[in-house]
Amino acid sequence: MSEVAVETLQTPHDEAAATEKTVVGFWVYLMTDCVLFASLFAVYAVLHHNTFGGPGGQELLKLPYVLVETMILLTSSFTCGLAMLAAQRRNKQQVLVWLGVTALLGLSFLGLELSEFRNLVLDGNGWRRSGFLSSYFTLVGTHGLHITFGLIWMFVMMFYVAKRGLTNGVMKRLTLISLFWHFLDVVWIFIFTIVYLFGSRGI
Amino acid sequence: MIFANLLGRLNWHALPQDAITRGGAAMIVLVGVGAVVALTVTHKWKWLWKEWLTAQDPKKIGVMYIAVATLMLLRGAADALMMRAQQATSVGSSQGILDSYHFQQVFSAHGTIMIFFVAMGFMFGLINLVLPLQIGARDVAFPFLNSTSFWLFASGMGLVNLSLLLGEFSAAGWLAYPPLSELQYSPGVGVDYWIWALQIAGVGSLLSGVNFLVTILKMRAPGMTLMKMPMFAWSVLASMSLVAFAFPILTVTLTLLALDRTLGMHFFTAGMGGNAMMYVNLIWAWGHPEVYILVLPAFGIYSEIVATFSRKKLFGYASMVWAIWAIVLLSFTVWLHHFFTMGAGANVNAFFGITTGIIAIPTGVKIFNWLFTMYRGRIKFTTPMLWFMGFVVIFTIGGVAGVMMSVPAIDYQVHNSLFLVAHFHMMIVGGVVFGYLGGFTYWFPKIFGFRLNERLGRYAFWCWSIGFVLAFTPLYILGLMGATRRLDHYDASLGWQPLFIVAGIGALLVGAGIAFQILQLAVSIWQRDQRRDLTGDPWNGRTLEWSVPSPAPVYNFSTIPVVYERDPFWVVKRMGAPRQKHYEDILLPKNTGAGVWIAGFAFAVGFGMVWHIFWLAIIGLLGVVTSIIVRACDEDTEYVMTAAEVEKHENALARRRQTV
Amino acid sequence: MKKHLKIWLGILLTVLAAVLTAWCLRGHTVSVLQPAGQIGHKERNLIAFTAGLSLVVVVPVLTMLGYFAWHYREDNKRAKYSPELEGNAIAETIWWLIPTVLLVVIGVITWRSSYALDPFKPLSSTKKALHVQVVALDWKWLFIYPGQNVASVNVAAVPVGMPVDFEITSDTVMSSFWAPQLGGQMYAMPGMSTHLNLMADKAGSYDGVAANISGKGFSGMRFTIKAVSDAAFNSWVNTTHHAPHSLDVASYAALSKPSKNNKPEFYGSVDSGLYDTIMTKYMMPTQTNIPHEHGTEPTGGTTP
Repeated sequence: MSEVAVETLQTPHDEAAATEKTVVGFWVYLMTDCVLFASLFAVYAVLHHNTFGGPGGQELLKLPYVLVETMILLTSSFTCGLAMLAAQRRNKQQVLVWLGVTALLGLSFLGLELSEFRNLVLDGNGWRRSGFLSSYFTLVGTHGLHITFGLIWMFVMMFYVAKRGLTNGVMKRLTLISLFWHFLDVVWIFIFTIVYLFGSRGI
Repeated sequence: MIFANLLGRLNWHALPQDAITRGGAAMIVLVGVGAVVALTVTHKWKWLWKEWLTAQDPKKIGVMYIAVATLMLLRGAADALMMRAQQATSVGSSQGILDSYHFQQVFSAHGTIMIFFVAMGFMFGLINLVLPLQIGARDVAFPFLNSTSFWLFASGMGLVNLSLLLGEFSAAGWLAYPPLSELQYSPGVGVDYWIWALQIAGVGSLLSGVNFLVTILKMRAPGMTLMKMPMFAWSVLASMSLVAFAFPILTVTLTLLALDRTLGMHFFTAGMGGNAMMYVNLIWAWGHPEVYILVLPAFGIYSEIVATFSRKKLFGYASMVWAIWAIVLLSFTVWLHHFFTMGAGANVNAFFGITTGIIAIPTGVKIFNWLFTMYRGRIKFTTPMLWFMGFVVIFTIGGVAGVMMSVPAIDYQVHNSLFLVAHFHMMIVGGVVFGYLGGFTYWFPKIFGFRLNERLGRYAFWCWSIGFVLAFTPLYILGLMGATRRLDHYDASLGWQPLFIVAGIGALLVGAGIAFQILQLAVSIWQRDQRRDLTGDPWNGRTLEWSVPSPAPVYNFSTIPVVYERDPFWVVKRMGAPRQKHYEDILLPKNTGAGVWIAGFAFAVGFGMVWHIFWLAIIGLLGVVTSIIVRACDEDTEYVMTAAEVEKHENALARRRQTV
Repeated sequence: MKKHLKIWLGILLTVLAAVLTAWCLRGHTVSVLQPAGQIGHKERNLIAFTAGLSLVVVVPVLTMLGYFAWHYREDNKRAKYSPELEGNAIAETIWWLIPTVLLVVIGVITWRSSYALDPFKPLSSTKKALHVQVVALDWKWLFIYPGQNVASVNVAAVPVGMPVDFEITSDTVMSSFWAPQLGGQMYAMPGMSTHLNLMADKAGSYDGVAANISGKGFSGMRFTIKAVSDAAFNSWVNTTHHAPHSLDVASYAALSKPSKNNKPEFYGSVDSGLYDTIMTKYMMPTQTNIPHEHGTEPTGGTTP
């Protein structure tokens, strides 16, 4: 072991290489998450008419409600982008503000989704009712779970930014979380289309 | 009353209730207690924690993977011997040594352990040991992720072994098809153990896939373009790409089955809108790529072995690369051949039958390229080379059976019979296991600094090979006689018993082979001073790993080499090594126990979910998340080895080499 | 010299093993290779052909392995040594091409036979197919003859030379219906109906097994197909009509309780539409009055 500080060893070149490596790794992870969601979509495709005599998408899925959720999530992606722009300008305050707004929007999204789930369950249309409902709750719920983890991460990042400022390491992690958040937004577009838009039309 | 609820469905009945389960549990307890005693008596607890459990060095992580895989090999082999004993004796009025309840758990455990913990463990172990060295890197892309992956793997292994002590294991086969694996037909904890052990280990595998992929893409030595990489590195790149695409499917499938069993959902139930056929499709959409995940690195190992021991360049390098990627792509188009008999219809069956046949083409090309590497070479029949030759014989024969079964109309007759069992064992043992054993013998000196006893290695090889052929050739015949797989009893009039007895003898011989390998290890360790590898290049190798001292230092290369051609070390040896040594400071990861914590909490999640101790599962989940956050906020994760320290270390190694 | 001896010894032992195996097998049927049914015959021919075709690859590969290992061994200084030889376009083309050609042949065979031997395809015959409904239970096979209004457990009579359309489902977990001497197998799944078209071409008693693990009693889930003359078949139907029990809702419920190693049973009449009821209850909620118990202890045979 040595007294030589780790920081002095990291030339800008080394640090850029390390960042690139991490970002590439995160993209690969996102690809695997893509496959995960793709599998859930495939399951949903197979099961979405298996209502076993119970209600299907047409009866249960309310488009206006989901439209609000979608707008909230899309906006949160936008505010996340604003946070990243602020980060590039090295404006710590702005980063915190926009991350905070993003997180709040994310929480609202989750709240709305949980409320939707609650209503379905209370009406007797919970995940035990049929294959369709099992796959609906799981697909949408998995996305919600990802959003939850994203929010936890976001709170940790806000704390980090506040405490350490916008160091290179923090910038790297902000890149990752914004990638993650945008990815979840893209997945939601698919869910909105395939589950809600199609489902409400009985497709 | 409250206490009872706190423990979910765990109660005293979970402890072993009969002689057989008690025997199995006793084994596990013995090994565990033995380890604890040994460590205590030799005062090695701190050493174990500091030097091994918290290690971030992929060479150490690789050794731990292989150690775990070997332990599990013993368990899986014990299962195999019990299965052979049962089927050799359970005829007519005799019920053999096991009742169906235990027999079904034994074969389910056998398959699960061999694939997930022996094969995958060995594979990740070898990749950890060899890959960074081969591409001229000091470490993998994400050392901490690497350590966590290992511990998640160990955590899964822990759950599988715990099922011997508490409760039962799955009796639904290594893939747990529903509706049999659903709560209605498997109400016990067995299938839950299966689900959670695989789920936890599976996440570890997925993370390793990401890790090694990025390592190869981003950390090759300067000048080493992809087309100059050793073939083993190519095979790992391909295999890890498959891991990245296939393992998320497994994660989803296991989750859905868990949701069915725990939350009463209806993905795969019979009725209520469930679709059991969908499970079969999903699990094989993962399952088929999985076997290529396992075999491709073995193919890579063969490429290294054949070239080195024929003292010749690998024949048809570009062809080999194309063949690997053809296999990768095709492996996603064949999964239905595992269930031609599920009634998908002629169109679908024909399509998948054809794609399955096509995948034989690149595989055949590889075999020809290996043979022509031998052509006009100077062949040395070391143990690794023997493993390769055994592979060609067994894999070719097993491959023929595979091509036959790719014709759906043939498969209708042999599906799920012992013919099938013989085929896939020839692929996995002849292809995967022989490769890993050969690779282990080949790279052993690099990691441990001394060579394995060749003679004992040869005995092991012959016992394995002859034993294996004896154990599985009768199974082809049995399958054609109408013997389906997984039977715990059959009529005497069928005439199957002599064949089962021969198979049993073969299995014993394989057991002898394993015994020889353990003996080989023990003897080699005992004789290690006479068997030291002082040059770092015991085999006259061709690739970069042989250019560093044995055992390889923690930083692998004191100076990162620059690569100009394939087989860079061979070139260096012929042209002469540039002797200028410019040392620089090296950044290395600090040891950390965070991976152990994460996996420990994951184990709590698994255990809680199995026994319905939901508060424990929640705490476990919170623990995992917290551990990750704590680690992520840790700023002090690396240390510096100064150039002076590196130079001192290198000089000490050079001095040791000179005392020949 | 010693190496030669080892090789000859190896060959001798292999031949000995083959002879011993053949001797052990005398008097026993290698069902897949000794078929008694039209489909089984065609499938066996496919096996023989593909195995033979594969020899085109196997023989050269093993020969080359043996020859190269022998000729290019280290201490054979006479052999040519070309350490830089890393490729040959012609050679590589040949061995990309040969397997390709072989697999094209096998591909054509696959395509054709998938259609010709499709289990769902009715067999071409002057005779009308006999319709037999099969229900996989824990752990026995129920055969329903809707046209003859009889049912049996673990044994089914069929006329020789008459195509049989087995319509298969399960009232438990996934199983697989396999009578290897007659032809290939077909999965039995709850809520699904599959078909297996077979025809026995000579009289005899043919073993059947369940070829997919379905729980504790699965090893004992064997059945017999008795191929008999037309007259004998009609006589069997008549005799079965006189069986004391009929297969109705109540007796079916009792039958479907888990039991192992069941002896053959017979039912003199069957509730019409029973098979459909069994199958469709998984697809839609029904006011079914077939109480069905699952997961209880087996009532017949040994209990662990």
